[in-house]
Amino acid sequence: MVNFDKVTFEYIRRDEEGNVESINKALDEIDLDVKKGDFIAILGANGSGKSTLARHINALLTPTEGTVFIEEMDTKEEENLLKIRQKTGMVFQNPDNQIIAGIVEEDVGFGPENIGVPTKEIWERVAFALEKVGMTAYREKSPNNLSGGQKQRVAIAGILAMKPECIVLDEPTAMLDPKGRREVIETVTELNKKEGITIILITHYMTEVVGADKVYVMSDGNVKMTGTPREIFKEVELLKEYKLDVPQVTEIAYRLRKEGVPLPECILTVDEFMQCVRS
Amino acid sequence: MSLILDKINYFYSKGTAFESKALKNISLSIPDGEFIGLIGHTGSGKSTLIQHMNGLIKADSGNVYYNGQDIYDKDFKMTELRRKVGLVFQYPEHQLFESTVIKDLLFGPKNIGLSQLEAEVAAYGAIKAVGLSEDLIDASPFELSGGQKRRVAIAGVLAMSPEILILDEPTAGLDPAGRTEILSLLKSIKDEKGITVILVSHSMEDVAEFAERIIVIDDGEIKFDDEPREVFKHAAELRKMGLEIPQCTELMGRLADAGFDVDRSCLTTEEAVTSILKCLNL
Repeated sequence: MVNFDKVTFEYIRRDEEGNVESINKALDEIDLDVKKGDFIAILGANGSGKSTLARHINALLTPTEGTVFIEEMDTKEEENLLKIRQKTGMVFQNPDNQIIAGIVEEDVGFGPENIGVPTKEIWERVAFALEKVGMTAYREKSPNNLSGGQKQRVAIAGILAMKPECIVLDEPTAMLDPKGRREVIETVTELNKKEGITIILITHYMTEVVGADKVYVMSDGNVKMTGTPREIFKEVELLKEYKLDVPQVTEIAYRLRKEGVPLPECILTVDEFMQCVRS
Repeated sequence: MSLILDKINYFYSKGTAFESKALKNISLSIPDGEFIGLIGHTGSGKSTLIQHMNGLIKADSGNVYYNGQDIYDKDFKMTELRRKVGLVFQYPEHQLFESTVIKDLLFGPKNIGLSQLEAEVAAYGAIKAVGLSEDLIDASPFELSGGQKRRVAIAGVLAMSPEILILDEPTAGLDPAGRTEILSLLKSIKDEKGITVILVSHSMEDVAEFAERIIVIDDGEIKFDDEPREVFKHAAELRKMGLEIPQCTELMGRLADAGFDVDRSCLTTEEAVTSILKCLNL
């Protein structure tokens, strides 16, 4: 679905005459292979290149060197752009920056209308998308009065209305309260499981990652670690070096194990912890 | 110094068809040198409340007293209050506007009439307080990392020598190491300068670890105002308000429910580990 082949991206700064002042390598020969239907999480410190990577997936940025393929389509080819952006939608951090219409259903319908979908089908898509994110009841409401979590779900619905195969979410929960965070994560998990939509989730909240199929850890423009959440979160010390963390329950279990408490390696959730304790 | 809010009521869009009550009968006392966590779901009234604390919003009824003076009094100097109650908004780095870090930090102090020298003393003191290297003072704020920019923004408010520092989600969007850095920084500023820090946060883990007192606001009302240990005993009520309890507190509660002799009020992983080891006699 998403394929990175030795992708390098440089932010080049120029002075007023156009001479190169500095070059900042944000991505350094990244290889990435995301299969259709995967739930991928990307972790990394601020400035590690996560967002730059995300912006390559729907061709908001194109590589300085190397190639990004979205289902065999090279993102550098101009004629692929429209198709790529239909296949891969993006959700950003701030819900208020992503909503443009005065009524929820119009916001969700904006994308399909823009690409010339017939009116009847637009409404079908809007109804479907709102149902999938659990926002049907707010269809005719103003987005202004929604909570952060609800706004993000409307933003996700706007992407769903484009019938995407992949959704990239760049810190979608950074500005949300605990309930909003849970709503957004539950929504994307369900879209992944039930609709088979490929999810690429970037986050700083470690607990949001435990349900992913695969986790990538980035640092300095490189992918430093790849594995299942369990393989990643057992490296407690290494993650801290990358300015990351593990869920609190994982940390507690890890430290208890070091003190000789017979717990299995790498517990990810409170439920798991309780199961181990009972048996 | 002290700040007292007495029976504050505030309506949005008062006098229109959209009138709705944002704050209901809020009474609070903010003493010196406290680390306070303010939590509540989106739209609960947190931001409206903190804007009452430095007079950015005027209450429809009720009073705010700063050192015993009514801030709504005609003779009250509001500029003085705004200086003493520093407010750091969400994503404060978006408000950096000068071409260098030092110019940005000098702007506030000069604006309130300090001389160049006094302003520089204030600015350098603030840089030091937020742990930024002096090498960065001539850099453009836009060359800094996210965490550094946020420190500069906080330093800009600190340069005004506030007695109360209110921060609206100062760690949003930062990586875990950056979060810990900013929170530890706030704690040390509080300890060293004796100022009160009010931290508005959506992270239960953060307020549990750092705050000495937590104020929970829901639907414009104060629901809890107590030590973190007491507040997080109310898991069910907090969840109903769209909030949570820290994951470690949840784990300890469930262990205690399952019959283990552990302290269910643990607020940090450190405390949890100690309590479990004690229970196991290790």
